[in-house]
Amino acid sequence: MFSFCTDPDVLGQFQWLSCYLTTGKHMSLYVSVVVVLVLLAITAPTALLFGFGGAVAARSRIPPVRWFGKSYIAIVRGVPDIAFFLFFVIALDQAFEWMRHKVLCPDWTDPIRQGNDFVVCQAAKLPLSSSPQWVHETYGFFVAVLTFAIVFGAFAGNILFGAMRAVPRPQLETAEAYGLSRRQTFWRILVPQMWVFALPGLSNLWMVLIKATPLLFLLGVEDIVYWARELGGTKTSRFTDYPHGDWRMYYFAGLLVFYLIFTRISEIFLERLMQRLTRGQATTGGEAQRKAAA
Amino acid sequence: MSCLQTIQDYGLRAVGYGERLLPKEDFTLCEQFTLIGSGMIWNVYFGVLALILGFFFANALAMAKGSRHLMLRKPAEWFIFVFRGSPLFVQFFFGYFLFLSLKQVYPIFTPFTAAWLGALVVLFLNTAAYSAEIFYGALRSIPKGDVESADAYGFSGWPRFRKIVWPTMLRLAWPAYTNEAIFLFHASALVFFSGFPSWQQRGDALYYANYFADKTFNPFVPYPIFAGYFIILTLIIVSIFGLVNRRLNRHLPQEARRKMKLKMNVIR
Repeated sequence: MFSFCTDPDVLGQFQWLSCYLTTGKHMSLYVSVVVVLVLLAITAPTALLFGFGGAVAARSRIPPVRWFGKSYIAIVRGVPDIAFFLFFVIALDQAFEWMRHKVLCPDWTDPIRQGNDFVVCQAAKLPLSSSPQWVHETYGFFVAVLTFAIVFGAFAGNILFGAMRAVPRPQLETAEAYGLSRRQTFWRILVPQMWVFALPGLSNLWMVLIKATPLLFLLGVEDIVYWARELGGTKTSRFTDYPHGDWRMYYFAGLLVFYLIFTRISEIFLERLMQRLTRGQATTGGEAQRKAAA
Repeated sequence: MSCLQTIQDYGLRAVGYGERLLPKEDFTLCEQFTLIGSGMIWNVYFGVLALILGFFFANALAMAKGSRHLMLRKPAEWFIFVFRGSPLFVQFFFGYFLFLSLKQVYPIFTPFTAAWLGALVVLFLNTAAYSAEIFYGALRSIPKGDVESADAYGFSGWPRFRKIVWPTMLRLAWPAYTNEAIFLFHASALVFFSGFPSWQQRGDALYYANYFADKTFNPFVPYPIFAGYFIILTLIIVSIFGLVNRRLNRHLPQEARRKMKLKMNVIR
């Protein structure tokens, strides 16, 4: 990258390191950090949406919808999330291909599952085998995001369901007394007030989500864990200008520090948000703020 | 081949007894149930040992974090921060490569590069940090009146801690600690996906579930089996911890012994 990098063998230690850390492969590592951030930025709102849907379904008056919502938000507690990740990545992929197969090739008669193979017609393949590399990568990323959203949506649903029940009952009764309909009560009274009850759970969930991002590696996305393993491994001078021993330990120490800083910043930010949301609420926190101000 | 035969061959496969080769094709349901179940031995092993060892270390850490001495408090705070602030997955990788480099210098670290010891150490440190934070939180929320009455009755020092402070702390922490235990068992499924190699294809339940899913390209059978095993395991943990909870609260009047509520905002 720098002009003095043309012959790495003659460089001093500091210059060598600055050249080493800006090779093309290291750029991929830095890009994958951005990928992680993008994943978080997309997954968090999507999971919240899934969770909201799940919580609303669990409160529904229609039994089948209620059962669906309850089982959705209950199932993730008993089973490790990593199992869901491994499961959904294949299951979603097969589900998409199966649907496309049914639509695109209606006159296909062979069974889709033949022994140990999953066979769909060429046109139903996802992504199409003729599509360029970036489509494959984007599709993989999309499936990963959806998987994360489903699993963390269930956690969020559990939290929001609890938060909705934590809103003081008199608030809803007052709304009824003023003649608000069920829908109005829900959107104007319940939803604005539930956030302060949901926030401790949601901030914890955000931390869990950050710490789940390295699992992207298992979903086949070339993420930071992949690159740390790749770049840290022993390199001989035959294949690279920057030979080094087994440095994977240092790379993972670097990842550790990256996540520590990230979670610490989130913690400080969420604490501020909590202070902000507590203002004027009928909770002990809000009461304390009121007294401090007076 | 009958199912009984399969259980004989593969029931203890995860710990190295029975048939050497894993089934290669025409997987029966029985084979999948048996092998994934045999993998559960490792999940239980990691979970139980890390939980028991971690419990003692977590108590020490919580005391250290609550201590007035800077030399005790700061290291405990940093330990808890590092292990709670970073992903377990990355900790596993780091631990594995750390042991790998240590092994070059000191041969005594050779067993640490195998999952049975290395991953156990990482899990132990990890759960100790999470539990310590729970215990520390409970330590700080012990009702003032309890300690004051202990003082009034002439308790002090070790007896006060042993008879009043510590049991109250456990009582307050228990629901959150139950959650931590559940998640620790769940975390044990990560071991064989995070650097630690599985020797002679001896792996945990998820390792075998993944093996079947890869071979058959059909995730709809092995993963639900795996999920079933884990739901049973979770129910067992909850009932054992519920029994302990009952014992911890046995002095309370009947109505006050509320059923343990597991809150979602304390998950790791």
